[in-house]
Amino acid sequence: MLSTWLTHETIRIVDSVDNWKQAVRLSAIPLLESEIISPSYIQAIYQMHEKIGPYYVLAPGIAMPHARPEEGVNKLGLSMLLVRNGVSFCSQDNDPVYLITMLAAPDNNSHLEMLTELAELFSKPTSMQAIFKADNVEQILSIVNQY
Amino acid sequence: MKIMAVCGSGLGSSFMVELNIKKVLKKINKEADVSHADLASATPDAADLFIMTKDLAASSGIPADKLIVLNNIIDINDLEAKLVTYFDNH
Repeated sequence: MLSTWLTHETIRIVDSVDNWKQAVRLSAIPLLESEIISPSYIQAIYQMHEKIGPYYVLAPGIAMPHARPEEGVNKLGLSMLLVRNGVSFCSQDNDPVYLITMLAAPDNNSHLEMLTELAELFSKPTSMQAIFKADNVEQILSIVNQY
Repeated sequence: MKIMAVCGSGLGSSFMVELNIKKVLKKINKEADVSHADLASATPDAADLFIMTKDLAASSGIPADKLIVLNNIIDINDLEAKLVTYFDNH
């Protein structure tokens, strides 16, 4: 169940951000606070983005920033940041991005079930539109809890 | 045959693509050994067909006839159309 990972503590909503780096940093806060990731994980995402482009922007409006387990992941975790006004990730086909879901995987396998459920959610346009338009965390949770 | 879904880290997006490839193969009744990996592991000999996004395709060094380029990682219809075209031509 996605609700194991996505909770009142790990989902946040803001109206706007200055840029993609701020969006990634804000999406990481719940994971940093609970020590699921260390600050180096965010730097690893920035560096890879600058090297190979916005590799983690999955589809229109959806980004899933993540790096390798050895780059600062302590435990399995997931967080969500909704940016109501959207933000550019320099992704030609998928900007603006509204939902930033940070993935923290401690190894190559333990996140596969979580990711399978997340893929189901991301591939349902009606659910995603409802999340993009959510006014509060409760509304996002009510959708997430279906997966 | 071997199909490899590729992303920057070999963890997140490539696994989502792997799931979709398996769904499409089932639907179009084709069999393949599907895996996911990071860009560094995606050497031309590692699989018969590589599937990745436009962002990565240019720097991958994979020959065009072994490559499917996706615009959108979770658009399963786009993936199906491109896989069907690939199987028609091979």
